[in-house]
Amino acid sequence: MQLWLHRYVTSATVGREWVVLSHRLPREPSGPRTTVWRRLRRMGVASFGDGVVGLPADARTREELEWVAADVVAAGGRAGVWLARPVTAEHEQQLLAEMTAARAEEYLALAEAAEQAAGLAGDERTRELRRLRRELRAVTRRDFTSPPQRDDAERAVARLGRPAGGAGVEQARATTAGPA
Amino acid sequence: MRWATRAGVHIDRAACAWLIRRHIDPAAEFVFLDDWSDPAALPADLVLFDVPGAGFGHRGEDCTFETLLRVHELHDPVLWRIAEVVHVADLDDDAFDAPEAPGMDAVVRGLSMIGTDEQTLAVTDAVFDGLHAYHRQRLLRGHEPA
Repeated sequence: MQLWLHRYVTSATVGREWVVLSHRLPREPSGPRTTVWRRLRRMGVASFGDGVVGLPADARTREELEWVAADVVAAGGRAGVWLARPVTAEHEQQLLAEMTAARAEEYLALAEAAEQAAGLAGDERTRELRRLRRELRAVTRRDFTSPPQRDDAERAVARLGRPAGGAGVEQARATTAGPA
Repeated sequence: MRWATRAGVHIDRAACAWLIRRHIDPAAEFVFLDDWSDPAALPADLVLFDVPGAGFGHRGEDCTFETLLRVHELHDPVLWRIAEVVHVADLDDDAFDAPEAPGMDAVVRGLSMIGTDEQTLAVTDAVFDGLHAYHRQRLLRGHEPA
């Protein structure tokens, strides 16, 4: 485990409340299974085990998992939503570290894409900027631990968004700037 | 009728309440539930909306606002344009091009932090009236209102 991950998970986040979805869908048809899987992935859930996923609890995560549960039941499956607190810190730390690592990877890819897009011009650059901003918002939404790569991605996308007048200077900065 | 939804309203419920008052049931009364874990135990006269697993809710790809439009056969294109905003704000899934959505979502979330649900709805009713007027004129004239 990377040092910064370790430092993070042993801080104030251990022992938080989680909202947990337990669910089981019939193997066939596979459509609803795929839809549920995609939605859960988009939410950035931690996988507790087979058919059991969870997120740090708040009004939004609870609501989102409740809707998934309702859809699982509507598709002929079984589902329940639970509020839970860990009794063992170790497992929670693993889950948080996995979530953090997954987000860090996404932020890293975004920062790289933003730096590459600095070479684009005109409409192509605008389109890529919009795409990256949307993607950044989606990743931020499923990020519950704010790894340091988040700053890098936000800075890289923001740099790409500066007006064309400063593009030359910004581009030069983008290639030399390290983490704060 | 007495319409009931989860307390702590966000964009979909705020939009539904506005839709119900303006287009479905002008005399609507709203009840905000702190506990919806057992919908069957609630008073039978309550019409539930945006409560997972009961009443009018998300159906298929639709958010609750879209479900209400379909169920009540409201075909007004202005309402369906507002539905796009509500859908994207609520589900954040890029199904439509709705640049208003992230802003609306942020404002309603903020309102729910500083006031009661009744206070939030008082503000959002006016906001949706404005959004409706804007998109109505936009559709009638075929270009952005000044």
